[in-house]
Amino acid sequence: MNLELTETQTLIRDTARKFARERVAPQARKFDREEFFSVELFKELASLGLMGVNIPGQYGGAEAGVVSYSLAMMEMAAACASTAVAMAVTNMCAELICKFGTEAQREKFVTKLTSGEAVVGSFALSESHAGSDPRAMRTTAVRRGDKWVLNGSKQWITSGAYAGVMVVWALTGGQGNKGISAFIVEGGTKGLIIGKHEDKMGLRGSNTVALTFEDMEIPAENLLGKEGDGFKLAMIALDGGRIGIASQACGVARAALEASIRYAKDRKAFGQPIAEFQGLRFMLANMSTELQAAELLTLRAANLKEEGKAFTREASMAKLYASEMSNRAVDKAVQIHGGYGYIDEFPVERYFRDARVQTIYEGTSEVQRLVIARETFKLLD
Amino acid sequence: MNFELTDVQREIQRMCREFAARELIPNARKWDETHQWPTDAVKKLAELSLLGVAVPEQYGGAGLDNVCYAVAMEEISRGCASTGVIMSVNNSLYCDPVMKFGTEAQKAEFLTPFARGEKLGCFGLTEPEAGSDAASQKTTAVRKGDEYVINGSKNWITNGPRADAIVLFTMTNKEAGNKGITAFLVPTNTPGFIRAEPDKKMGISAAHSCSMFFEDMRVPAKNMLGKEGDGFKVAMSTLDGGRIGIASQALGIARAAFEEAVRYSGERKTFGKSIREHQAIQFMIADMATEIDAARMLVLRAALLKDKGVRHSTESAMAKLYASEMASRVANKALQVHGGMGYSKEMDVERHVRDARITEIYEGTSEIQRIVISANLLKD
Repeated sequence: MNLELTETQTLIRDTARKFARERVAPQARKFDREEFFSVELFKELASLGLMGVNIPGQYGGAEAGVVSYSLAMMEMAAACASTAVAMAVTNMCAELICKFGTEAQREKFVTKLTSGEAVVGSFALSESHAGSDPRAMRTTAVRRGDKWVLNGSKQWITSGAYAGVMVVWALTGGQGNKGISAFIVEGGTKGLIIGKHEDKMGLRGSNTVALTFEDMEIPAENLLGKEGDGFKLAMIALDGGRIGIASQACGVARAALEASIRYAKDRKAFGQPIAEFQGLRFMLANMSTELQAAELLTLRAANLKEEGKAFTREASMAKLYASEMSNRAVDKAVQIHGGYGYIDEFPVERYFRDARVQTIYEGTSEVQRLVIARETFKLLD
Repeated sequence: MNFELTDVQREIQRMCREFAARELIPNARKWDETHQWPTDAVKKLAELSLLGVAVPEQYGGAGLDNVCYAVAMEEISRGCASTGVIMSVNNSLYCDPVMKFGTEAQKAEFLTPFARGEKLGCFGLTEPEAGSDAASQKTTAVRKGDEYVINGSKNWITNGPRADAIVLFTMTNKEAGNKGITAFLVPTNTPGFIRAEPDKKMGISAAHSCSMFFEDMRVPAKNMLGKEGDGFKVAMSTLDGGRIGIASQALGIARAAFEEAVRYSGERKTFGKSIREHQAIQFMIADMATEIDAARMLVLRAALLKDKGVRHSTESAMAKLYASEMASRVANKALQVHGGMGYSKEMDVERHVRDARITEIYEGTSEIQRIVISANLLKD
């Protein structure tokens, strides 16, 4: 056991931290207030290698591994959770295509994602009636000559209006696991209709749209993996995605803790800084302890994935624990700030709203518990 | 970065797991019910070099690292939490400060036989009016020639009824507060050393503790551990390590409760299916598993830092705080999974609930851990 970071991991973390603090944090409030999506910012992220942290150099990635990716996500999320989630989805799409794509697909699409040419990536799995249970999806893909023709619609698609490359799931067989296939779709494809931008409680700087496919034709060679592999691909991608969201949760919680420490030292009540009151100090102690437990669970899952070992159970634990931890942390942060925690002059009300989705997307807490229980019974029986 | 145990650490884990399965699990309930000190088990711990895990071999220990110690503590406590705390006190609270602060002569007399398990040690800090507030010691030590004369009392001293020696904290200069505390190594057969009957406790019933009284007890000046006035530093640094031991104990108790709940949930049927097929039970199991792993990460990190010789007060406090509160939550959930059977002494789980409860109190209450953690967080 060894918890020291390698040189590469330190470099990626420091690069992400510097960029997050200097370029992202000052704009985070604007992104939130104005629902502003900065194409320019994502191109800068790409130029630093942060859109393909775990992607080989030959496809434009940083080739720095999963632990580095997790560390970079924590840094980005501490500055702006909206920016971090777009970064996470882009990395996830790049990894998925890298892992299951053909050489031609890798050269074409992964490179577009890592270079920033695609701006961002999108992961189009959820539908209005198929969230936690993707087998209930209704979008279909029918083979016609050297094309696939997609019809249907997707819901809650992060970065959907801006993504140059997206992975879309559709039924190619009947209902059920084996009937689902994954496809690579380029932004601007004819028949791809971008729905209205969702007005969300948090992550307001993140673009979230419905996508509709009306006889959308894509080349046959854009099938990702084999026909019928879609469900498997989605589950593998989500295992990795959970590390990303767990990292995002750790980042937001850290920002909330740091803001709380600053405020508690500054703000006086009853003649002394509120940091002197035990009631408040104990909240900080709990936040910090739980945050560090979450960071360790997250880095453990990342490390297992990096070493090519099974990590489903550990990724679900990290996601479950980190997301619920971050919600407790942001709630305490608002409490510590009192009235100032409720107004937009301070960032903690944004942290509160941003954290809330973490127990929902990339598998709700309930789905994580199902996965963990299932894996636990397998392990101990 | 790498979260895997080394081969040696894994081997220790396997050895302790087997020992627990063979010697502890079959007996722990009986020892608890009869409040019986696990004499044979403690003897066997000595044979396995588990009473001085991190003490160098030249002083009779196993010469292993603190990760090994944490892993061993978890496995032993998984079998019997009472045996776990007996082991923890001898390792962390007794051998560790003697190793760190003792002279060579003191080590020969007060470390080697204890690390070998020929003798048993205990740690005398807590007093009737000085628990969390260790600086308000009332036991006094007054220098008379080559000796110190000690008067006062200590309570809740784990291993006290059986111990051959104690790391004893006294006040040598009341005006100096923290800086007026001095530690001594005292054989328990010293005239003036009086032990009360073992305490009657809610849990960890096989690990005996007692109050003790010192009446004009004369201790040679050469038995001072560290320098005069260093006692508070000795105590705090010892507790930084001790908290890793108790956090590991909590982890072991939680695992015992958890594994029994997993097993029971597969056997017990309600509404036509095993209860683990009900989501309510699955969710409890998932939360228990997750929190156990979170606690283990914190514990192993603290042990790793101790091995590196860097300051680990905050990390130990976090491990102790989280693991102990986790153990109580997990043991209670495990009891809930067992339903009425969980409340019965026919099963082990009610013992785990009682055993877990103390981990939130001794070696620094949860409140003390929060004070330690927040002080560090708010430091400029």
